[in-house]
Amino acid sequence: MDHALAPPEQPWHPVSEQLFRVRRFLLVAVLVPLAVAGGVLAWIFVAPWLGALIAAGLLVATGWGVVALRRNQRSWRYAERADDLLIAHGVQFRRLVVVPYGRMQFVDVTAGPVERRFGIATITLHTASAATDAVIRGLPPEEAARLRDRLAERGEARSAGL
Amino acid sequence: MTVEQQSGPVPGGAVPDNAEPRRLHPLTPVARGWKAMAVVIAIFGQHAARTQETRLGVIVAGCVFLVALLWGLLTWAFTVYRIEDDDLRIDSGVLFRRTRHVHLGRLQAVDVVRPFIARLLGLAELKLQVAGGDSAEGSLAYLRESDAAVLRAELLARAAGVRPDAGEAPERPLVVVPMPVLIGSVLLSFASWLFLLPTLGLIVGGVATGNMALLLGFIPLFILAWQFTVGRVLRYFDFTVSESPDGLRLAHGLIEHRHQTVPPGRVQAVRLVQPWLWRAKGWVRVEVNVAGYGGGSEDGSENHESTLLPVAPREVALGVLGRILPGVDVDAVPLTAVPARARWHSPVRRRKMACGADEKVFVARRGVFRRETDVIPHAKVQSVRRTQGPLERLLGLATVHLDSTPGPVRVTAPLRDAEEASRLVDEQAERSRIGRRGEGPHRWSSLSGGSPERIDR
Repeated sequence: MDHALAPPEQPWHPVSEQLFRVRRFLLVAVLVPLAVAGGVLAWIFVAPWLGALIAAGLLVATGWGVVALRRNQRSWRYAERADDLLIAHGVQFRRLVVVPYGRMQFVDVTAGPVERRFGIATITLHTASAATDAVIRGLPPEEAARLRDRLAERGEARSAGL
Repeated sequence: MTVEQQSGPVPGGAVPDNAEPRRLHPLTPVARGWKAMAVVIAIFGQHAARTQETRLGVIVAGCVFLVALLWGLLTWAFTVYRIEDDDLRIDSGVLFRRTRHVHLGRLQAVDVVRPFIARLLGLAELKLQVAGGDSAEGSLAYLRESDAAVLRAELLARAAGVRPDAGEAPERPLVVVPMPVLIGSVLLSFASWLFLLPTLGLIVGGVATGNMALLLGFIPLFILAWQFTVGRVLRYFDFTVSESPDGLRLAHGLIEHRHQTVPPGRVQAVRLVQPWLWRAKGWVRVEVNVAGYGGGSEDGSENHESTLLPVAPREVALGVLGRILPGVDVDAVPLTAVPARARWHSPVRRRKMACGADEKVFVARRGVFRRETDVIPHAKVQSVRRTQGPLERLLGLATVHLDSTPGPVRVTAPLRDAEEASRLVDEQAERSRIGRRGEGPHRWSSLSGGSPERIDR
């Protein structure tokens, strides 16, 4: 990776592959029925070639989406340093966030119904800034709980006034 | 001048027993409800005028008025506030009781706002801005003007950690914006003319053709034209920046008068803005982020709570900046430009992009026509981000963001060399860590250079 940052004392952690599976599930669940329905309708009401074209186009888009989701999931990583948490993700649009423990106001752990089914959770770190975009997706629940407790503990120790 | 210059202890001598619940001013329902009443009366008045049937209108309007008055009185009767140790506690609500604790240790700013009607009645609203609040966190509307001033002094004293009966801190005016400069600043603004010219054209056209009904369709335009010109002059009328041990004080407004107190160390970030037309005059506007004042709007239209100086010569603005960020000389901070290859991303804008840091602040500059200088103290940085879009990646560039609390100031260093951006993020994380260590205490009376004479009392 091209982040020439001071090495964290702990290595970068990847996130769970389940993140990819959740997103693939959602993508396929939406696009494949759409491809079938659009293809059949166009086949019947307009012309067979248009139906084939629509179905093929949507299926190719699905395939490309699956590849993109895979790359995106692999790009997610985070690392705990002595005074701050680093989160990096993104393939086309890369972002890296450095959140000092002392600046954290609260930590959210969320998991929607689909995420829960796939056994992952999302952690969101909130600072006094609305621009801080510190989210870690695709954490196994026990890792999310561990990280939450650890962040809370470190935040407590280093808490600074505004 | 409308700045209240009060000093000396709270009338009454001894420290008042503040756990005692207090009420808002009995005229509160009138000051709050007059707008709704005006609307009701206007609707029924119109109805009566059209149908010639006045009796029904009068009866309904009377009933509405009575119910509203009763509700207003009930609300007033059920609202009490008291000071408990470090909290201002506000109990309110007729059907659903609500208790609000405003923690004074987290007080970010105190405003005394006097809208027009309230001024006629001699009333004022006290607004407490607390860190992490989205809307007016603790608002006491309305109090008698003198009570509001006394209560503000008391809350600030408690928040500062001095004796609550220390009285109003003395204030010393730093800058007063003269009327000609204020009017000049409005006239030298694109936005003003953008709305003013069509407005004038329409009115002249309407009068010339006698087709006044046409004008009704353009009322929103007229409102905008008013807000950008006369509205601004009225809002920033007699803008006074003063200094007191309680922090910076801003007082302004002709119709609605607003008096803001921002305690020391509560300013999160500062921006100097110089619109193109102001350059010849050397004027700038100063905007600040204060936690609790909130973001205002994203589209660059100013949030007047966050305006520290609507217009002033650059040297004057830098002088005020030196008061809120002691020991900071923005012009002395060494800035570096972006690499030349950034021209493939932003051929014109990249020429004016620069950023740099000294041991206290990070400074970013940008803007070809409208020049902006953003300043954020290292200690106030909430988080640091590095972002890179596809084009930036192709060019080996990246953008660094220093996140501040919501407000008009957003500090970014766009289109830096990718390696440099990574280094910048790392260095900034380190600088902010050191900055936070050196931060002053929460209770500003224990700051050196505070106001020893007030603590002694």
